[in-house]
Amino acid sequence: MSVPLQLGIVVGYLFVALGVGLAAYRVTERAAEDFYLASRTFGTVVLLFTVFATLLSAFTFFGGPDTAYAFGPEWILVMGLMDGIVFAVLWYVVGYKQWLLGQRHGYITLGELLGDRFGSRAIRALVAGVSLFWLFPYVMLQQIGAGGALAALTDGALPFAGGAALITGFMIVYVVLAGMRGIAWTDTLQGAFMLLMVWTALLWVLAAVDGGVGTINAGLAASNPEFLALGSDFYTPGTMLTFAVSIAFGVAMFPQVNQRFFAAGSEGVLKRSFALWPVLVLLLFVPAFLLGTWARGLGLEANIGAGESILPVILAEYTPPWFAALVVAGAIAAMMSSSDSMLLSGSSYFTRDLYRPLVDDSISERREDRLGRIGVVVFATAALAASVWAEAEAFGAVTVGSVLVEIGDLAFGGFAQLTLPVVVALYWRRTTAAGLAAGIVVPQAVYLAFNFLPETAAGPIVLFSDAYLGWGISIYCMLLGLATTVAVSSVTTPSPDANVDGHFGLRAD
Amino acid sequence: MASMVERYGWAVLIGLLITFAIPWFLWGDSRTAFGLPLWLWWHVGWMLLAAVAFRLFARRAWGLWIVESEGETA
Repeated sequence: MSVPLQLGIVVGYLFVALGVGLAAYRVTERAAEDFYLASRTFGTVVLLFTVFATLLSAFTFFGGPDTAYAFGPEWILVMGLMDGIVFAVLWYVVGYKQWLLGQRHGYITLGELLGDRFGSRAIRALVAGVSLFWLFPYVMLQQIGAGGALAALTDGALPFAGGAALITGFMIVYVVLAGMRGIAWTDTLQGAFMLLMVWTALLWVLAAVDGGVGTINAGLAASNPEFLALGSDFYTPGTMLTFAVSIAFGVAMFPQVNQRFFAAGSEGVLKRSFALWPVLVLLLFVPAFLLGTWARGLGLEANIGAGESILPVILAEYTPPWFAALVVAGAIAAMMSSSDSMLLSGSSYFTRDLYRPLVDDSISERREDRLGRIGVVVFATAALAASVWAEAEAFGAVTVGSVLVEIGDLAFGGFAQLTLPVVVALYWRRTTAAGLAAGIVVPQAVYLAFNFLPETAAGPIVLFSDAYLGWGISIYCMLLGLATTVAVSSVTTPSPDANVDGHFGLRAD
Repeated sequence: MASMVERYGWAVLIGLLITFAIPWFLWGDSRTAFGLPLWLWWHVGWMLLAAVAFRLFARRAWGLWIVESEGETA
């Protein structure tokens, strides 16, 4: 009974989204700035929710509660520090400055901004290339998640490849039609929907459990007394800070988030959304992660190690099937709202920062707009092919949940390596193109080496470990990037083509 | 033009917001209140406090360190 119901709700949701996309297509101009940035017109609610929904991948619904179920609810604090405070500060430090520069010079991508700042096409291509390198596997991750979720939902009637292809095909049609405006509109709907669902789920479980939170805590105290105490073998200070800092800094450089810095309609929009970040984080993550924790106290079982998720289990136990189906639809919505934005941004990085400067710089607005849409198709199809291949080759035995968290975190760490060099370039006049290039390339190479090369003992130290002294390697690489940018800039001279004056001495809007 | 006190005051305040987003002084503490761990209530209060602080910053000091005002370099 519940499988057709769930599928019906998911398909119904897809059609609602498509309707919104069509409505957006009707008011969209055929120009790149409108396709990629909705002509810089977003208000507070739409901007906040489109960034927020974009940030929330499947992790919020599956990976997050699973982490809380397996290790305890301290991840809530990591999210609070990460998205509620550090990202909000970056929203100002990186976002507001980028927005001002975008208003003044009409930039659409970060690569374009930096390329102009340093008078260097190589910088522009480097930023876009590094970003696409990390974005591509992250899009795959969403497709693998969606394919797995649909396969689980239909008990394998729709195989993994079929589910992933269905969602990807739908997203291609949707993104090509709707552009940024349509994506932002559906993001707003999805964000509101997710908030409503997660609170309803929490209250529902609370009401359905005999004895309420007292029973749950008694269960926790009996089974996992360490869950209520702050900190554990898993949650050490170093681990929590490494996650919070490297993910927050990574988020700011994710193309689909970074590009939204340009899309705010006014300074007031940026100000209001800046102050609302901690509130939104509080509203969403506390209930989502508590559900995972409570499932443990209620003695529910999900074999996280074998790819099961705890959220469907607790919903199945305490809420009616239609409601559980709505939450699954919400989770698929979350995956899609991340992926569609990534496809759009990925396409814009490719067309504006790689194709245009390196292949053909003379194309018209209209052609660029069409090229952007073709870019979406190519990017999505390639990622789908890679996902299906990866699933067949490598992921068969590994759990979807742990793969989500692992690859996801690697991409965040990869993007995090960009942030400090970019901040230096935004704020320090003496930064040179060579300094920025070295500050980008060196930490990327080290980060990749330490994550992918096997650990090797070299005398008393172990090379290529992913953590030292309790701190993740991404933190060390970030500091290395900062030091490299400053050091190389100090010993090189700025290019005469650099547009320094256009980037400093800014006035408020 | 923002005074020196304001320029550094805001930086210190933001530093404090970051530092105590995780209540280190409750490390290992498992006391609960109203069904939730004390440290979780700290999180709730801290996020609300941060929202108020950010709101104040947006109203009073927006543009600090970024836009030029009266001859300062941004």
